[in-house]
Amino acid sequence: MTKPLLEVRNLVKHFPVRGGGFSVVRQQVKAVDDVSFTLLPGQTLGLVGESGCGKSTLGRALLRLQEPNSGQIFFEGRDILQMNRAELKAQRRDMQIIFQDPFASLSPRRTVAQTVCEPLDVHGIGSPLERRKRVEELIELVGLRAAVLNRYPHEFSGGQRQRIGIARALALNPKLIVADEPVSALDVSVQSQVLNLIKDLQRQLGVSFIFISHDLAVIQHISDVVAVMYLGRIVEQAAVSSLYTSPKHPYTQALLSAVPSPHPASGAKRIILPGDVPSPISPPSGCAFHPRCPAAQAKCQITEPQQTTLHNGGHQRHFACHYPLGD
Amino acid sequence: MLEVRDLAVEFDTEHGRVRAVNNVSFSVNAGEVVGLVGESGCGKTVTGLSLLGLVPSPPGKVVHGEILLDGDDLLKLDEAGMRRIRGSEVSMIFQEPMTALNPVLTVGYQMTEVLRLHKSLSQQQARHAAIDMLGIVGIPAPSKRIDEYPHEMSGGMRQRVMIAMALSCGPKLLIADEPTTALDVTTQAQVLDEIVRLQHQFEMAVILITHDLGVVAQTCQRALVMYCGQLVEAAPINSLFASPLHPYTQGLIGSIPRIREHKIERLPVIEGMVPDIAALPDGCHFADRCNRVQADCHERSPVLTPSADAGAVACWHPLEPQHD
Repeated sequence: MTKPLLEVRNLVKHFPVRGGGFSVVRQQVKAVDDVSFTLLPGQTLGLVGESGCGKSTLGRALLRLQEPNSGQIFFEGRDILQMNRAELKAQRRDMQIIFQDPFASLSPRRTVAQTVCEPLDVHGIGSPLERRKRVEELIELVGLRAAVLNRYPHEFSGGQRQRIGIARALALNPKLIVADEPVSALDVSVQSQVLNLIKDLQRQLGVSFIFISHDLAVIQHISDVVAVMYLGRIVEQAAVSSLYTSPKHPYTQALLSAVPSPHPASGAKRIILPGDVPSPISPPSGCAFHPRCPAAQAKCQITEPQQTTLHNGGHQRHFACHYPLGD
Repeated sequence: MLEVRDLAVEFDTEHGRVRAVNNVSFSVNAGEVVGLVGESGCGKTVTGLSLLGLVPSPPGKVVHGEILLDGDDLLKLDEAGMRRIRGSEVSMIFQEPMTALNPVLTVGYQMTEVLRLHKSLSQQQARHAAIDMLGIVGIPAPSKRIDEYPHEMSGGMRQRVMIAMALSCGPKLLIADEPTTALDVTTQAQVLDEIVRLQHQFEMAVILITHDLGVVAQTCQRALVMYCGQLVEAAPINSLFASPLHPYTQGLIGSIPRIREHKIERLPVIEGMVPDIAALPDGCHFADRCNRVQADCHERSPVLTPSADAGAVACWHPLEPQHD
């Protein structure tokens, strides 16, 4: 059996909410609450959920861009939460991130060459000539011409900027890239170009992705395994085909049915969930989804559902629901 | 009911004068839901704003055209005349309800203001009408929530408040500019459902401005597709999706990520990118990205020509209509 590239166990990230006299910590926002998953080399894990569900915080916590409160993150068997600064810096060569907003994530004062070269500079890799060669190689890899290297970000469109961000993330040949909503700021016609690029690169370079998005169609296209988050927890996790054809968690089912289909007479009945996502400061008792769940029963208000794991034909699927949907 | 003829809107920018909306003509029938679709910068929002005389001027200016609402040209009205129309005959809701609502005034204050202005109701009457309206758009405990400030509400609630406000004077036409883009999918489903239900209840026409063809497919009866300030295709929803005539529409429909029964390896794409509107190519603006391009496309601009199925297309070499 292949060893996992990344293994996350019981990861927790809470943010304190201060208020009142002396800015006392009054409450905790449970942004990531007891999250566990594994990722195999070369696999893409899609992390999907609505705003505020903790998917971005989870992505950042994995790279220790935000320090988790507790839990373990094993990267190739070593717990990165136990590493000191120097070890972490070395480790980060293998883990990179692509951000959502290609307008905010590139420095306006740096040329494309400087931006893409920065990781190489930081880690002191190669001679200046070698770096220049590597940068040219990278920029062509993401579908831009080497002629653009001396230009500044404002001269590029959103899609091109995102390609520059991807080139920067690839500079150090990472084994894992966390991509946080990399296409949501782009127009549809450009979005599909960037998605195809990410898929090509993944196949070509064998790099693993954690792909964060609110868009279920994008997630389906790009992922091998999907984890659905709700209020800081993973409520369902499965191989992409089984998750989309037979969701086990009622939230997954509702989320899938809410996506407007581009077929006018698709006739599919949308499940309209009542109410809004509750505040992660004081999530509902029992199963956090119970106030909106069409299948909720008395038990759901009291007892928090534990993760159930099913094995079928080498695939595992996990879900946290007392009354999962049938096949 | 609404007829737009040959509308052109220009903006002064640092790159010179730019035409954001170029000779656009369309009509909307009473009680109809029409989608106005396109990618960012295609002129769909400016078209919507110009219907209400809300194009910021300067730098914007309606250069020519007519906007006929029940036969009266809105472009000929003065500011006072336009104010009587806005909010009562024609209303608009915006993408980001937090910036469209005033954060320092309660929801109730903002709602009663509209009613008192247009319907000359007393404070008491207006408050009752506002509470009724909040209830109609599905806000729980409206008599309590009316005294809240916008920041106390969730995104979906705020958008409902915007809708309640827009509908409170019973407009004939609602212009909804990306009303659900800032919302999560489950909330989006709620709000779209609400708009469709209210459209039936109030028998009003809706122009739904959006980049999301999925939203259009689920809510509209007809769609207008814009590209670089021009209308490139207009058609009833079923024929638009089953048999698009303009290569851009076809590309746009093809490239929407959708949930599929079988995963595909590569998404279909439209090559290249939207040209800079300040430096549009001659002839058909889509020619450089088009897979059906021929020599004449670079020379002459296609005009919107009626097609079968009550549609219209602006293309020299449109796709063959498909019949199923």
